[in-house]
Amino acid sequence: MRLLTMATAAVMAASPVMADLVFPSLSYRTGPYAANGIPFADGYEDYFTLLNERDGGIGGVAVKVIECETGYNTEKGVECYEATKGEGALVYQPLSTGITYQLIPKATADGIPVHSMGYGRTSAKNGAVFSNIFNYPANYWDGASHAVNHILDENGGDISGKKIALVYHNSAYGKEPIRTLSELSGKHGFELMEVAVDHPGQEQKSQWLQIRQQRPDYVLMWGWGVMNQVAIQEAANIRFPMDKFIGIWWSGSENDVLPAGDGANGYKALTFHNLGKDYPLFDDLQQYVVDAGKAAGAGDQIGTALYNRGMYAAMLAAEAAKTAQAIHGTADITPAMMRDGMEALEITEAKMSELGLPGFGPEFTVSCENHGGNGLGAVAQWDAAAGEWNLITGYEASDQDVIGALVDEDSAAFAAENSITPSCS
Amino acid sequence: MFYRESGDFSTTYPQDSQTFPIRFDRYRYYVVLAVAFLVIPFIINDYWANAVFVPFLIYAIAAIGLNILTGYCGQVSLGTGAFMAVGAYSCYKLMTAFPDVSIVIHVLLSGGITAAVVTLFGLPSLRIKGFYLAVATLAAQFFLVWLFNKVGWFYNYSASGQISAPERSVLGIIVTGPNTEAWAKYLICLVFVTLCAIIARNLTRGSVGRRWMAIRDMDIAAEIIGVNPMGAKLTAFMVSGFFVGIAGALFFSVYLGAAEVGESFGIDKSFLVLFMIIIGGLGSIFGSFAGAAFMVLLPVFLKNVFVGGLGWPTDLAAHLQFIVSGGLIIMFLIMEPHGLAQLWRLAKEKLRLWPFPH
Amino acid sequence: MPDQFLFAMEVILNGLMAGVLYALVALGFVLIYKASGIFNYAQGVMALFAALTLVGIMEGQVPFSHLINAIFGTDIHHFGWHVPALLAIAMTMVVMVGLAWAVQKFIFRHLVNQEPILLFMATIGLAFVMEGIGDIMWGAEIKKLDIGLPQGINDWIDVTTFEAFGYGFFIDNLDISATIVAVILVGVLIAFSQYTKQGRALRAVADDHQAALSVGISLNFIWILVWSIAGFVALVAGIMWGAKSGVQFSLSLIALKALPVLMLGGFTSIPGAIVGGLIIGVGEKLFEFLIGPMVGGATENWFAYVLALIFLVFRPQGLFGEKIIERV
Repeated sequence: MRLLTMATAAVMAASPVMADLVFPSLSYRTGPYAANGIPFADGYEDYFTLLNERDGGIGGVAVKVIECETGYNTEKGVECYEATKGEGALVYQPLSTGITYQLIPKATADGIPVHSMGYGRTSAKNGAVFSNIFNYPANYWDGASHAVNHILDENGGDISGKKIALVYHNSAYGKEPIRTLSELSGKHGFELMEVAVDHPGQEQKSQWLQIRQQRPDYVLMWGWGVMNQVAIQEAANIRFPMDKFIGIWWSGSENDVLPAGDGANGYKALTFHNLGKDYPLFDDLQQYVVDAGKAAGAGDQIGTALYNRGMYAAMLAAEAAKTAQAIHGTADITPAMMRDGMEALEITEAKMSELGLPGFGPEFTVSCENHGGNGLGAVAQWDAAAGEWNLITGYEASDQDVIGALVDEDSAAFAAENSITPSCS
Repeated sequence: MFYRESGDFSTTYPQDSQTFPIRFDRYRYYVVLAVAFLVIPFIINDYWANAVFVPFLIYAIAAIGLNILTGYCGQVSLGTGAFMAVGAYSCYKLMTAFPDVSIVIHVLLSGGITAAVVTLFGLPSLRIKGFYLAVATLAAQFFLVWLFNKVGWFYNYSASGQISAPERSVLGIIVTGPNTEAWAKYLICLVFVTLCAIIARNLTRGSVGRRWMAIRDMDIAAEIIGVNPMGAKLTAFMVSGFFVGIAGALFFSVYLGAAEVGESFGIDKSFLVLFMIIIGGLGSIFGSFAGAAFMVLLPVFLKNVFVGGLGWPTDLAAHLQFIVSGGLIIMFLIMEPHGLAQLWRLAKEKLRLWPFPH
Repeated sequence: MPDQFLFAMEVILNGLMAGVLYALVALGFVLIYKASGIFNYAQGVMALFAALTLVGIMEGQVPFSHLINAIFGTDIHHFGWHVPALLAIAMTMVVMVGLAWAVQKFIFRHLVNQEPILLFMATIGLAFVMEGIGDIMWGAEIKKLDIGLPQGINDWIDVTTFEAFGYGFFIDNLDISATIVAVILVGVLIAFSQYTKQGRALRAVADDHQAALSVGISLNFIWILVWSIAGFVALVAGIMWGAKSGVQFSLSLIALKALPVLMLGGFTSIPGAIVGGLIIGVGEKLFEFLIGPMVGGATENWFAYVLALIFLVFRPQGLFGEKIIERV
């Protein structure tokens, strides 16, 4: 017992007066989705390493990234959450749909914010109900609307009578866009064809035969993991025109298109951040992190779509932390202050240029009523010869008339089920 | 010396046929209960509850359920994950449809509903045996998961298809939802585990259990000596389903709080519970607990050693964790095919003579 | 002819092709089960492991580079050479034989005469170990597998059927190659078991372990042999499936596609695996085509199992399985 007391005292004495800013990273470098989890986790960690090395942290306080491996497994995610929350975790990026839904009530009760960037529960956009959950800059329903808008643009604004197929992962995630798309199909008069693919999606012959027989004009895809690679390969096999095949951002990484080789040329994917590494920030990254041997991964992922997404998530978290520091006038922020910072977050072009990331993401503001940003998104296209993604549109708005109503409806249902009184104080 | 029968005299029949006829066993059992009920709730924190104790207790119920089916009655099932999903979704539907009824009743009812579903899927066992049956139960696994995913009614037509547990309380103490205290979660699971274990123990000691074991050892022989195979097999499926359903309901409502069928109740879960009873020991209630403890603690322990203790990269640690747990499973099967329960039996034999072995 | 009928024909043809791919995986199970009574759940992981090794050798990756780099702080990834496909396949086979030897020596020699369920569990443990080793050895990213097999729609069939029926059928070139490879593979296996000494020994062991042992056949050798053959079958399956999706973790899940095939065809019959594969392939595709749209699709996973279950109720030992004789 005495030993334990002494040990505790020693630990207390050793820890510095000013604690680090803790950003847990619930990564998945193993399991069926490891190929996607590795670049994201690398990007997230590298950005914070850069801040530490170059600026000495955020507002003068060092950043500590605690990595915890979830393997995309909900139960391990719970264990990771419980293991890291005591360390003063400021914000969680749960990364898997299952873990996100887990953490929505738990983190709210514990007063820790959650940032589910481009995934998770879409209606968390309504901050009056989901006080601690943020899903800026865009969500799945925005994505569905972006895809339809892109098709509208290509067809001069008239797509009535066209047929659009949705190939989706048969899970909570894959079913997300259906409601939005059916609303939009009523509004624009296109026919929606739903094609479900069961997990894991190794075998999709009958789905793509169906598409070949029904001849939809466009195919949208909400896929994940091996389903993406097989779908793109099968689409190439049936010679579906790749520029009419649009995937959500989780179906738009290099991993998804590379196995299909040249066949994937012209494939489109939605995105809410830019791609490639032609940004001043990447020079710093090279100098302070990679060349210094401090990179989280092998360094070969830098500039890939998912690496950039991880880095973008870290950048938004760091900016929110800065905002929180400014609001509360202290550098040593708590999770509750972090939440305030996220709710007051404002990303402008000037801010991004200053960070060395001009035009990297859309401009947006967050408020209590709107935890989802402005819902801007762009379309990227895969160039197989050059092996890179290129943005072919600017960041464009989604159809908030349709989405706003759906968000209100779903969040009201959640509030009723869990007896939450929506409020913005 | 500690573990002995001498001096233990039974003077009445009930005394002779009690659950733990040996005094030492009885006292040990009381001590375990006392620690579980009176000590742990006061020292438990969020991490220990959510990462170790609550999953352990819930998996113990599931393992008892599967052990009745596989260990006592010899019918291998790979559908445990989906059967837990039946419990979870029944519990969700009941909780949202009848918010005023106590959660305890909901959990028990979920057990009952699962029992009915499992019995239905147990019908092919009358004709199909061995591995063919095991693979046939996979039909239940995939079909049920698909069904819960497809039919909106099961998840109240929520946009995403996720179910999440609303806040409910027992005797004024919140037991589900995000505001649950660690000790409340732990205690509600503990109460269910204790009840289930007592029921299971007594069922397996009685005539029903003997019938199951007769079927397990050789069903044709059992039929000849007058055991009705249909009755015995279907009761095993039913009782097993009841326990697995309770486990599923608690897993969803108390432990996870939110679940999606494919992710939380996939085929991995079926294998995990099967592992528990094999490592723990087929045909042993104690083995169900030991196996559940082993399979829940091992990954947490390995992770803390590799990442927390040795400071290795998390991915390397996770890969090694795979190798080590796979290796340990194989090692166990080679060294003690009858599981941890057999080790415990051997230890008791040793303790009987210790410290004067002849 | 009405469109719907033509579509159905196309679905059936593609179902047959898919069935061949399922049968390829199922074959590996049957071989091991027949010779040693082990229901080898690790067959899917073996396919993944074989494909990973093949790609790794072809690309000249340094095995365990991640581990080595983590321990010694080095930065090595590739040897810098590329190995031609055929040579790489041969080298992978050597690795698979080594694996077979290790599995036999360290695991199943110690589990002789145990209950089947324990053997089954041991193979799941083996699957865990191999998943971990595969990832540490070759890394977890998705790898492109290209050994020069043609992929994509077969133009000749497309054009011919279009001229004949007014609707061009879609058949994947990869499926055609898979079918050819499968036919050759089965031919070789049959020839091996009928006309070679080892093959006859294999059949003897499958018939009766003890009788085979008493006439001087080394069980140990036969079991290593059969695990090696299963490793080879896994390699072929891994190549075929890996060409479609890239080589990645999910490849190990193809085992789940093979289980209904096994149930249907019987655990002990090679023709059963093939016929079962075809029935499952056609059945699930046709069901998805006809009934799927009415119930929301994605029925293939469970329908295969339900179909097999229905067959089993009438023939509990599978279509071609040995009759189960029960005595007291």
